[in-house]
Amino acid sequence: MTRVNLPKLSLHVPEPRYRPGDPVDHTHLAIPAAGAQPRPDEVCDAAQTHPLCLDLIRVLGEDDQAHGMWNPGLDAATLIRMLRLMALTRAFDARMVRAQRQGKTSFYMKSTGEEATAVATALALADDDMVFPSYRQQGLFIARGYPLEEMVNQIFSNRADKLKGRQLPIMYSARAQSVFSISGNLATQLPQAVGWAMASAIREDSRIASTFVGEGSSAEGDFHSAMTFAAVYNAPVVFNLVNNQWAISSFSGFAGAERTTFAARAIGYGIAGLRVDGNDPLAVYAAVRWAADRARANAGPTLIEHFTYRGEGHSTSDDPGQYRSAAEGSEWPLGDPIDRLMRHLIALGVWDADRQAAMDAEVDAQVRSAVRAAEANGVLGHGLHHPFRTMFEDVFETLPWHLAEQNEQALHERRVKFPDWSDDADLGNA
Amino acid sequence: MTMIEAINDALDVMMARDPMVVVMGEDVGYFGGVFRATAGLQAKYGKTRVFDTPISECGIIGVAVGMGAYGLRPVPEIQFADYIYPGLDQLVSEAARLRYRSAGEFIAPMTVRTPFGGGIFGGQTHSQSPEAMFTHVAGLKTVVPSTPHDAKGLLIASIEDNDPVIFFEPKRLYNGPFNGHYSEPAIPWARHPDSFVPEGHYRVPLGKARIVRAGEAVTVLAYGTMVHVAREVAERLGIDAEVIDLRTLVPLDIETIEASVTKTGRCMVLHEATRTGGFGAELAALVQERCFYALEAPVERVTGFDTPYPHSLEWAYFPGPVRIGEAYARLIAA
Repeated sequence: MTRVNLPKLSLHVPEPRYRPGDPVDHTHLAIPAAGAQPRPDEVCDAAQTHPLCLDLIRVLGEDDQAHGMWNPGLDAATLIRMLRLMALTRAFDARMVRAQRQGKTSFYMKSTGEEATAVATALALADDDMVFPSYRQQGLFIARGYPLEEMVNQIFSNRADKLKGRQLPIMYSARAQSVFSISGNLATQLPQAVGWAMASAIREDSRIASTFVGEGSSAEGDFHSAMTFAAVYNAPVVFNLVNNQWAISSFSGFAGAERTTFAARAIGYGIAGLRVDGNDPLAVYAAVRWAADRARANAGPTLIEHFTYRGEGHSTSDDPGQYRSAAEGSEWPLGDPIDRLMRHLIALGVWDADRQAAMDAEVDAQVRSAVRAAEANGVLGHGLHHPFRTMFEDVFETLPWHLAEQNEQALHERRVKFPDWSDDADLGNA
Repeated sequence: MTMIEAINDALDVMMARDPMVVVMGEDVGYFGGVFRATAGLQAKYGKTRVFDTPISECGIIGVAVGMGAYGLRPVPEIQFADYIYPGLDQLVSEAARLRYRSAGEFIAPMTVRTPFGGGIFGGQTHSQSPEAMFTHVAGLKTVVPSTPHDAKGLLIASIEDNDPVIFFEPKRLYNGPFNGHYSEPAIPWARHPDSFVPEGHYRVPLGKARIVRAGEAVTVLAYGTMVHVAREVAERLGIDAEVIDLRTLVPLDIETIEASVTKTGRCMVLHEATRTGGFGAELAALVQERCFYALEAPVERVTGFDTPYPHSLEWAYFPGPVRIGEAYARLIAA
């Protein structure tokens, strides 16, 4: 019942600044000069990082040079490796979308514009630090040396797919590279990363954990429990929150971005927070390295917000032209991470257009070769899959009676559908 | 031993044997648990092996999944099964599927202990029996002990098992068996033969039922508190019932069930949980499919009613001697 002497309440429903066709003006985004941000000691009190939660750590300036205290001072060889891994990631994405359009797989998700957040993070961590990714860190698998052919095998769900065709494309698992199995359920990896980090601390190990989450999924309850547990137990974990502005069709305002930054959430949990230009590979590297060193020194967890832009649709099932202005991405003021690192290398005098062109051709050839090799193992729906019995394996460590019975049923159905088929042929397919 | 002492002993045995076993949950550390199941463990094994957690079931289960991925063998406690739901996504989407989705690269060798069941005036949120929510999930094992001996042996087997186990502890049985006659004085475990608990390490294997009382006239499939109620009612009524304590719901001991029903030709499935979609429906369907030509009467399903667990009307809800006795009578008369 409304009381007449009080104003009517109103519900605020966030609305993005630009919808399809709208002209774009990014001047409202506060983008500080590169090199302007202070760099506290890695083992500082968490409260000392609070200003950095509202700022934006940047290293690469408009002059393509590295600036300030956050400059990680990487040598040219490392920078070129970083550039190459990002370019390889982008070439891989392009080829996989084409494969999806050709019907070789059902689904794909690109990471265009966000390559630095995965690749620079991988390079800043130790190779045996355990990473719990979301679904848009293919650059992490590539940087950790997970074979491209294995990635394509998984995407094609073919007979060589290490996950036996059980998982949706891109939901990789790479234990040998210390990357955790990807789940479709958002943000579940956050408390898991904290648990892994707690286990490492319980066992007095020296490895740390790191994890990724999108800004949209940070609204999930798991984000809150992960932050709480990480803070309570001072867990050696680095949270990477990739703020690419969009969660499918919902802009970041629906995750809380209208009121504060995502990095600022660290303040309430009493953990360190950093907000970083996610399209600046040097800044990403420096921030993750800072947080990893902090965790390794038993100084506690860090939340890093990587401020970036999702350059493409959410997935091959998505058309961003239906909900956002195309100019928003094309005029993104933080540019493109690959382009920025390339220009930095040129400015350093260690790179040029010819070498860039040669590298682009090489990474493209590398991807083509991996796809060719994987295609020989089959593509989705073309028969070269794992044997039927594998569907029932790994539900439990050993096969219980009810799954053994259901396995027989599946084999029986196959014999009905394909009378000429023999069990031996199926096994030879494995 | 009481069931609580047996559970405490199982945790003690496993923590001493395996440095990867860690115990955590709300109030389990310094205080030793609201039911005392973890009493003394923190003092013995230290705060990094036995510790209190924030009040977040999603965090407790999620963190345990990550610990399992590292190589630990976590034994998280959810204070009441009624409060397991915030952790459901981590159990259903993560723990249960981790081995499958990673083709064995990662596993979740965790045992979630949680007190369950009614009969203690726990009202709506301290009495529930949500086992059917877990038996429906591929990749989870579900265990329910009914005696101190089995509680210790099954808990040890669960902790050693490399699959995620939901270990439901009937809290009505913590301090003594309950025969369903709530107005009679409670019997302590000390005067019960199933309270003998061997010292040290032993297993009660998962997937194996126990014939609690051999009989020829009717088979009763039960678990937890209802095992004791079914036996007591049969004995008071003089019915030659074969009472089977399933002990593990997934994987189920189908051979013992088939052998018994084939012999008796009559079957009652019994649980405290609500009826519709309960585990009894699965049991009844299995018996019907596998023992149809041996059946001489319709399978009787005796369960809690399809209502939230009431406080003041607890004994009207509980599937007690009257409901069970009438089902016995219908089965025998058929």
